[in-house]
Amino acid sequence: MQIAASFVCGLIFGAGLLISGMTDPQKVLGFLDIFGAWDATLAFVMAGAVAVAAAGFAIARRRSAPALSARFLWPDRNDIDTPLVGGAVVFGIGWGLVGICPGPALVNLAGLSLPIVVFIAAMILGMIGHAFWGRHATAPHAVQSPALPSRADG
Amino acid sequence: MHNFTPLSGLLGGALIGLAAALLMLLTGRIAGVTGIVGDALHGSSDDRGWRIAFVAGLIAAPLIATLFGAPLPRPAMNASLAVIAIAGLLVGFGTRMGNGCTSGHGVCGFARLSARSIAATCIFMLTAIVTVAIVRHGLGG
Repeated sequence: MQIAASFVCGLIFGAGLLISGMTDPQKVLGFLDIFGAWDATLAFVMAGAVAVAAAGFAIARRRSAPALSARFLWPDRNDIDTPLVGGAVVFGIGWGLVGICPGPALVNLAGLSLPIVVFIAAMILGMIGHAFWGRHATAPHAVQSPALPSRADG
Repeated sequence: MHNFTPLSGLLGGALIGLAAALLMLLTGRIAGVTGIVGDALHGSSDDRGWRIAFVAGLIAAPLIATLFGAPLPRPAMNASLAVIAIAGLLVGFGTRMGNGCTSGHGVCGFARLSARSIAATCIFMLTAIVTVAIVRHGLGG
């Protein structure tokens, strides 16, 4: 059931990205290009998404457990550390170069265009690269427990 | 301002928020695409099913949309394949390092009023704006 629910959520998420126009990198770049012909659409997408998600999360906060699993895995960190800042900068450069982030990239994968396939292959390489880099960087602190799923922000 | 589409933006955004709300209410998970994909790459197998299902849903959305006459998404991209590959590497590495992207930090983090996510979102937005400014308008271009 969890798997079916997750598939449907992915489907709705993907439909939202398509309808909002955020799968089109030119539209995303149009928002990021504040010195050009600025397209404010992305701000409206964010506003709609945050408002509905916040309402849903408020309902979830009043419940003891999700419908299909044992517990809510709310992110439990609130510190602003160096990896958060550094990672956001690195991501921001990549996002600004082409106007694609992970969600829209995956929705676009259905069209199997060469640029998108190249982007996703590189993105997965970057994710794997970070896992290797992280393993070496944290090697001296071997006592560090494996990250709980609830630790991930997104 | 051309191509400005606030209504479809709001509607599509509401659907994205609905998906994030439903994923939490049903499975207790945060709808962050970076975490969902990244942890599917090296997580335990019993934790992998729902992640792959969510990604399958993302990819299935445009396929189902073709039944209603929508074309498959094949976005026009001006950058060369080399730049696209570099951008992909930066996006993959950076989102994992920063623990999230526009969905996990941007949508879910803002909805939770997480200082951490709001900081991350402001930083990647500003960095992307500066990057676009340099690429499109900088260096005498």
